[in-house]
Amino acid sequence: MSVAQVKAISLLGLVGEVVLVESDISDGLPSYSLLGLPDAALNESRDRVRAAIVNSELNWPNRKVVVSLSPAWLPKSGSSFDLPIALSLLSAQGAIPEEGLQETIFIGELALDGSIRSIRGVLPILIAASRAGIKRAVIPSANIEESSLLTGINSIGMSHLRDVVEWLRNGAPDVARTNVSESKFTHENQADFADVAGQKSARFAAEISAVGGHHLLMIGAPGAGKTMIAQRLPSILPELSTDAAIEVSAMHSIAGGFAQRSPLSLLPPFVAPHHSATRVAIVGGGANVIRPGACSLAHNGVLFIDEAPECDAGILDSLRQPLESGNISISRSIGTVIFPAQFLLVLAANPCPCGKFLGRGRNCTCSSLQVRRYLAKLSGPLMDRIDLKIEVDSISRSEFSAMQSGEASSQIRARVIAARARAAERFAEYSWKLNSQIPSQALRRDFAPERSALNFLHDELDRERITARGLHKIIRVAWSIADLRGGKVPTLEDVQLAHSMREKGRAI
Amino acid sequence: MQKREVRNQQIGRYGEDAVALYLANRGAEVIDRNWRIKEGEIDIVARNQSGLFLFVEVKTRSSLAFGHPLESITPQKAGRLQRLALAWLATHRALGCEYRIDCAAVLLHINSEPQIDYRAGVL
Repeated sequence: MSVAQVKAISLLGLVGEVVLVESDISDGLPSYSLLGLPDAALNESRDRVRAAIVNSELNWPNRKVVVSLSPAWLPKSGSSFDLPIALSLLSAQGAIPEEGLQETIFIGELALDGSIRSIRGVLPILIAASRAGIKRAVIPSANIEESSLLTGINSIGMSHLRDVVEWLRNGAPDVARTNVSESKFTHENQADFADVAGQKSARFAAEISAVGGHHLLMIGAPGAGKTMIAQRLPSILPELSTDAAIEVSAMHSIAGGFAQRSPLSLLPPFVAPHHSATRVAIVGGGANVIRPGACSLAHNGVLFIDEAPECDAGILDSLRQPLESGNISISRSIGTVIFPAQFLLVLAANPCPCGKFLGRGRNCTCSSLQVRRYLAKLSGPLMDRIDLKIEVDSISRSEFSAMQSGEASSQIRARVIAARARAAERFAEYSWKLNSQIPSQALRRDFAPERSALNFLHDELDRERITARGLHKIIRVAWSIADLRGGKVPTLEDVQLAHSMREKGRAI
Repeated sequence: MQKREVRNQQIGRYGEDAVALYLANRGAEVIDRNWRIKEGEIDIVARNQSGLFLFVEVKTRSSLAFGHPLESITPQKAGRLQRLALAWLATHRALGCEYRIDCAAVLLHINSEPQIDYRAGVL
């Protein structure tokens, strides 16, 4: 009898594809079939869509209804197709004009009363639509905040099926951008380094880590302040650029984690999975819907794993690939998904199971074997990728009673931003931005430290105290120290400092 | 027999009469009505002007409170209609003739003509 088409987007990971929702209504016994590899949630759309249409005082076609989601070979999932299915059915009956449906995508889950509910992944859906050249999107009004970072696409928030029908019948006029509060979330009201008493060397290590993007391991007694320092690391990182913020928000959008993180936030994310987390929770995965794991949620931010040696074997090592390549590729039967995962890894550990094997270790009750085994759980290849290994001592009475609040995050951040700017200037003609990303060849050719510093490192290499990779890592950290100092090139002092910070953890 | 059942039978009968009249008005000849065997019943058998046998299932309702009348025709019921049609043709030595299975939904109104929704060739 009649056919209609409405556009929607199907997501796999962060990649979206335009899906045509076609409806055909023909004479015959009342029936409804949904074609095009729908998953369980999508198959249930029939009852939701029907109830929503009827309860919006619109007509449900008591005929033979065939809804096809094309391309048919692409597996589709989720409830975001409810709204386009309903509109395509209404359009096939001639209840709404076809014109407004062109060049617009529709997404949203329908409640039984016809109201439009929020869905996950609105931001990546809009990015995909915008890349496909679509200029307009009708989305759940509850998700409108997510769209406000994007400029390429006009997003219209709707809260009821009736409103959408009304809007289409009025010729689908362009709606001015829904105004969202302009206040973007910044570093205010975040945990501040001013709260950390003492801990001079740990503060300094955190600062270097922030400048160059160097991964950090903190070893210290329980209660020394490792977690406090890690939590404050995002507060000294520069704000995200809009593009980076969109990337981060898109990831959190498909993970469904907007409750914790505002889509407008320019703060680098801080993700702290518990050490009992599974491998899938860390790297991402899932059978029907592939979701990002903690390492992708921490993209452009900090991934903090407390009590790292308590993690199950292999979990930490699963981070080696993303640490190396900056992304993670997850393969399942429905396809392969690549999520970005460029994070600053911060690990915290006790020195031994009882936590007291520090200094001379007098109060430690662990056997020497226990002590050795404990930190050995942090595998060599993983440790090799960690540039800064520091001890966090319990603070002394004088430090504590001084009660002089430490330097505030804003001051440290200003230094970090200045140092990063110096590095960015130096790397203007290269493809990387941070000291930790300098490739080895470039490190030898263009970014070598002072002669005396190099001699020192070569001596260490000769004595087999450091490896060739270690040597490169030390130079990278030395560059961050030099940038922080405002120096033109790393001096012997910078390199020695970097060397001691890298190798310290091993001395325990 | 309960009162309600009697009423429902009357409603059904009334709907079938209305459809028979509808078919006759459109030039089809009603050959058989309420043909019943063990497996079930065919409401109306008719032959249209081009000689096609029509097997018509009539569903009558006095309100839409319980959904559209034709929604009560499940796939199992549709299969049975198919078998009944063949059984009728076999009984009347007409196997091999062209035939079609139709459904008609009749909605009764108190003060006006019944409303007929006729769907041809539903299977």
